[in-house]
Amino acid sequence: MPQSALKIKDHIDLFNDPEYLEIFKRKREQFEDMPSDDEVAKQAAYINSMEYREKNFAREALVINPAKACQPVGVAYCAAGFEGTLAFTHGSLGCAAYFRSHLSRHFKEPSAMVCSAMTEDAAVFGGLNNMVEGLANAYALYKPKMIAVHTSCIAEVIGDDLNSFIIQSREKGSIPADFPVAFAHTPSFVGSHIVGYDNMMKSILSNFWEGKERKAGGSVNIIGGFDGYGVANAREIKDIISAMGADVTLLSDVSDIYDTPADGSYRMYDGGTPLEAVTKALDAKATISLQEWCSAKTLDFAKDKGQDVASFNYPMGLGATDEFLMKLSALTGKAIPESIAKDRGRLVDAIEDSLSWIHGKSFSIYGDPDFVMGMTRFVLELGGEPLHLLSTNGGNEWEAKMKALLASSPFGASGQVWKGKDLWHMRSLLATEPSDYLIGSSYGKYLEKDTGVPLIRIGFPIFDRHHHHRFPTMFYKGGLRVLVTILDKIFDTIDEKTKVTGISYDLTR
Amino acid sequence: MDGMNQDVKAERKALIEEVLSAYPEKTAKKRARHLNVYDEGKPDCGVKSNIKSAPGVMTIRGCAYAGSKGVVFGPLKDMVHISHGPVGCGQYSWSQRRNYYTGTTGVDTFVTMQITSDFQERDIVFGGDKKLEKVIDEIHVMFPLNKGVSIQSECPVGLIGDDIEAVAKKKGKEHGKMVVPVRCEGFRGVSQSLGHHIANDAVRDWMLGKGKAKAKEFETTPYDVVVIGDYNIGGDAWASRILLEDMGLRVIGLWSGDATLAEIERGNKGKLNLIHCYRSMNYICRHMEEQYNIPWMEYNFFGPTQIARSLRAIAEKFDDKIKAGAERVIAKYEPMAQAVLAKYKPRLEGKKAMLYVGGLRPRHVADAYGDLGIDIIGTGYEFAHSDDYQRTADNIKDATLVYDDVTGYELEKFIDKLRPDLVGSGIKEKYSTQKMGVPFRQLHSWDYSGPYHGYDGFAVFARDMDMAINSPVWALNKAPWKAA
Repeated sequence: MPQSALKIKDHIDLFNDPEYLEIFKRKREQFEDMPSDDEVAKQAAYINSMEYREKNFAREALVINPAKACQPVGVAYCAAGFEGTLAFTHGSLGCAAYFRSHLSRHFKEPSAMVCSAMTEDAAVFGGLNNMVEGLANAYALYKPKMIAVHTSCIAEVIGDDLNSFIIQSREKGSIPADFPVAFAHTPSFVGSHIVGYDNMMKSILSNFWEGKERKAGGSVNIIGGFDGYGVANAREIKDIISAMGADVTLLSDVSDIYDTPADGSYRMYDGGTPLEAVTKALDAKATISLQEWCSAKTLDFAKDKGQDVASFNYPMGLGATDEFLMKLSALTGKAIPESIAKDRGRLVDAIEDSLSWIHGKSFSIYGDPDFVMGMTRFVLELGGEPLHLLSTNGGNEWEAKMKALLASSPFGASGQVWKGKDLWHMRSLLATEPSDYLIGSSYGKYLEKDTGVPLIRIGFPIFDRHHHHRFPTMFYKGGLRVLVTILDKIFDTIDEKTKVTGISYDLTR
Repeated sequence: MDGMNQDVKAERKALIEEVLSAYPEKTAKKRARHLNVYDEGKPDCGVKSNIKSAPGVMTIRGCAYAGSKGVVFGPLKDMVHISHGPVGCGQYSWSQRRNYYTGTTGVDTFVTMQITSDFQERDIVFGGDKKLEKVIDEIHVMFPLNKGVSIQSECPVGLIGDDIEAVAKKKGKEHGKMVVPVRCEGFRGVSQSLGHHIANDAVRDWMLGKGKAKAKEFETTPYDVVVIGDYNIGGDAWASRILLEDMGLRVIGLWSGDATLAEIERGNKGKLNLIHCYRSMNYICRHMEEQYNIPWMEYNFFGPTQIARSLRAIAEKFDDKIKAGAERVIAKYEPMAQAVLAKYKPRLEGKKAMLYVGGLRPRHVADAYGDLGIDIIGTGYEFAHSDDYQRTADNIKDATLVYDDVTGYELEKFIDKLRPDLVGSGIKEKYSTQKMGVPFRQLHSWDYSGPYHGYDGFAVFARDMDMAINSPVWALNKAPWKAA
């Protein structure tokens, strides 16, 4: 018997016990009707071949292991970063359950969100009653300062009109006449979570900006974009702002809500951009986004309002952070202080200390388009060689900018850009043209298992490692953290390899 | 009824009133029917169930797709399950149920893969059937060793008038492999529950007694059973199978944890169907009873009391050889179970727990907690029907707080006021509860642990509840300068 009270075995060890292995074998022989071992071995080898890769890339309809989510997850994230804001899904009830779970699994934090619980009758008659009743309930129970309404598929397919529904809800007294309700149409069959982020950001700004006159001032708005490290990166931005003494408003600040303390009380809302600041943000001189493909519509909107706009691609490491800081300095008229220059110097120092372990190593990277671009740029700075650069939700513009980035460095010569592809494509790429390392979200653990390419977990979502989101990835300090994450995996991989013979199993590296 | 219980009941009833007072009047009326304090001796829990959730209240429920793809079909390992529609549903349910299986993923098994038709706007406008056909064709190119395909419909599919049944028939014929259409769009029904039912119907109409396994010779024995409604979460089904095989039974199919299509197709070859998760798969058991005269019985493999009771009850349906086998199994494992109790019961005795889960657990695990000396003071289901609440009356004590389709608001208030020593619920409830200083275990995914079924699983269950409740961290969540 494998189990004992003294040393309790759970799933990690229990099923390696001979008694269980015997059960698996017997089940397979007698009841499963699985393909023969030969057939399996043949196919397992075949899926690593170039011929299979060609078939794989010939797929036109089937999507396997995509690295993207749908719009409302971006909505939920964006809305959570505003003071007292409750996201409200107008759609079937399972949608909100999924969005909440997805975010909670990454952040290891609660994720509050309500839904209008549409069912078959709403599909036939429309979801007006669900909206009227839902807003009244949400307002009474959860006492939000703003509700961020958005749609999921059902409401989009039947053509529910959010604006009209919300007006009618106000008329019926569900919510006070002047209560802020932002709304965005966010069908899951358009774009991905990064587009949902953009749509909700624009709708929240419209809610506070439309119909008001802009008195241009000197402040600057910053939009972080959808970011699995948004907690720590927001804190970095705030540190930079405060060091510069700049007048900056961070639009959607998740640093509190996705990192609440355990001290005996549950905070459904915590921190976030004050709603008053959102109104004032209209008067800003400029709005800059740290992630271009999370904010296209929002920046157009800010531009229409008369603001200067600029966007970056997940500024990480040296060059990208330099550009961001100089832009911020130019816009705010504040000098970059010595303390930040010192942070920069520390990152340069760290890279110099470690360069021999990264130089010339190849890295494949996947994830959201801005992340892949920022990460690629940093790898180039480290002397690494980006190989397969894949973004399921990356488009033509992303592809062009990626190619230009690779062309800007001799280390980018072997880089290949894969827009709109999924992680089963990545599997073929790694099986036929492997890189030394792979950088991406937890989904990559299956690629690591199948291809043997070590996975460095940076991206969204990170489900199977804890607390990474509490550390930054952007700017100089984030670059340092990313550098350490890469190095740790490289050293662990080398130790694993060399401990077999003991040769090169060095104490100091 | 003793006086103390009367006081407790009065307090808990007052708590229900207090919670209801936060709602708008119409919703308070609706919600009142779902909340109750149980009176011992009553035939059910006194709550309404399986009713539409109120909008805007933060129901914890999922949808029909979650019930079909997430629960019933997802674990079926040698078929490819298409999340048919936009990308999200498949993405959020990808690898989250921890349905363990053996096999070579991407070659002969496909459980931990996210396969989707990734609908775009043009598919909504022009219909998705053509794309679906192509998806199925491409699945056969990419995964030639698959045994079949299931089409798990997401919301848009049912709204745009696609004919997935026609596609299934056409493609099934063309490829000579099973293609099962499942109409589990998320707007159907009021929770996951209808998705289970729809999935059961799809099994009945397209799979059971059909397909390739039918043509193959299969020798039956008098000891053949099919286990239904065990999804092998964290290896649960294996920790159950080991006991049934040990007592002399032959588990010819196990639905659907670690199951192959052949096990489903041959599901009507057993002498007895054993059902664990009654809620999600009772439908197919009833069908097999009517159609094939196969009797079925419920059993409970959580905790030594219920395990022994269940093993004996199952053995009663067979001959003396199996009865002796059951006694042998109980005798073999009982010392280990007793050692586990000796280790943990003194640390857990008298603790109070609240549960809020899905299919069978709000009642099934109650006795496992009881074995450890933990009292269940509140319980409820996401998607139960009245027959579940009738069954629950057998497992709970007087004055237990019962909440059906609880809202985020209610659960938070109940936990805050009753201050249990442990809450067992899901990922959406985990972190808010822990912030309140209350220990928590996820009872859907076993909090990334398991197995919890069977004797081997009970040891893990006891260990996990102990580590949750008796962690030193709970005493440290107040800063000492504020604690006074």
